Amino acid sequence: MSDKGMNLTLKIWRQKDSKSKGKMETYKLSDISEHMSFLEMLDVLNEQLINEGQEPVAFDHDCREGICGMCSLYINGEAHGPDRGITTCQLHMRMFNDGDTIVIEPWRAAAFPVTKDLIVDRSAMDRIQQAGGFISVNTSGNTQDANAIPINKSDADKSFDAAACIGCGACVATCKNASAMLFVSAKISQFALLPQGQVEAKERVDNMVKQMDLEGFGNCTNTGACEAECPKGISLENIARMNREFIKSAVLKDK
Amino acid sequence: MALSGFFLLFFLLMHLSINLLSVFSEDAFNTVSHFMGYNPLIQFLMQPILIAGIIFHLVMGMVLEMKNRKARGVSYAKNNAAANSTWMSRNMIITGIMILLFLVAHMIDFWAHEIDYKYIAANAEDPTRYWEELHHKMGDPLHVGIYVVAFVFLSLHLMHGFQSAFQSVGFNHNKYTPAIKKLGTLYAILVPLGFIFVALFHFLTQSH
Repeated sequence: MSDKGMNLTLKIWRQKDSKSKGKMETYKLSDISEHMSFLEMLDVLNEQLINEGQEPVAFDHDCREGICGMCSLYINGEAHGPDRGITTCQLHMRMFNDGDTIVIEPWRAAAFPVTKDLIVDRSAMDRIQQAGGFISVNTSGNTQDANAIPINKSDADKSFDAAACIGCGACVATCKNASAMLFVSAKISQFALLPQGQVEAKERVDNMVKQMDLEGFGNCTNTGACEAECPKGISLENIARMNREFIKSAVLKDK
Repeated sequence: MALSGFFLLFFLLMHLSINLLSVFSEDAFNTVSHFMGYNPLIQFLMQPILIAGIIFHLVMGMVLEMKNRKARGVSYAKNNAAANSTWMSRNMIITGIMILLFLVAHMIDFWAHEIDYKYIAANAEDPTRYWEELHHKMGDPLHVGIYVVAFVFLSLHLMHGFQSAFQSVGFNHNKYTPAIKKLGTLYAILVPLGFIFVALFHFLTQSH
């Protein structure tokens, strides 16, 4: 493995705040190690910008180990970049070549307004979650242990797989319709598959889908792009399950 | 989209079976065509249902497309969509509009002629005219060319539409979904190919 640094041209979306009109800016970076993560490469850029007295590029990040769902970025036309099953923080510069031009944009969706540069406001997802992504548990002091209820292993596994969603928004960013259905269906499925989720099942799917539409996300046309780009490998099976839950709720609900 | 899609998938199969009859037997084709053209149940119940199904499918398709475009807002400067989805799945509106344009031509071609024959010119019933009419229409190379191109678009539309309809109604199963996808590809190839075969058969067997 050679440690020869890479020279890169970066085209990055710069936008002062949510009200300003942004534009693409071009930056040159030299001597970038292939062992760096993508975010470390951006750190190097920001250090360079600060030294030059310029405003650093704002981007979201937190844990930098692929579990928090904070980092985003649409890199060279793909959510979380060209690699699969990872978030941007786990994308390494070895995926790129010396002399490459890398285009970096924020998630694009009407429901995700840009707040600054590469940062978008993803609180629409929080509001969907608040609309029904929970179970009510009586915490009177004699709460039953969840493990006391026997659960079919395959259902438990599927529920766990759905719960692996970190809510990063890559599905919305990558979907040509800016649909949030992979996210919403994962959050519905993790409960729909478990006995604890049955109590509020009818209202949950109804309220979450209603909130999803209200936020201005698009509709699913089954292109499968979300599943391909999802860092956690959330399956399209969840969207089918959400559709079943939705039909069930529409038939069974009182009003 | 899915429910009207299922309905149209079924309709296509029926349409193709009748067309295929014209390859095997002139009489059988005439008998069935006459039945489809004069049976009151077909004419005044099934035909309006079919038209409603088609209109619903295309209006909903366009509404869906407009809502989905609005949901994106600002588009990407660089978007590598081919990395994660098929061309067919992303361009249902394009293949759909091409099919719609064909349908308009097809309606003028056959349906308008039928309306004129039956109601405007008020000709007497002639249960033996259909095969000859079809055979004559398919003698024109431009005509056949348009039909063949239209069925290529239909094939592309079905490549995504068939399996997508199952997913939309919530049918996604580890065991059955791979089979449905294979069946969808088969349907998307064989059904348009069947229509093309009938058109070419008539074009190539012209006696005059």
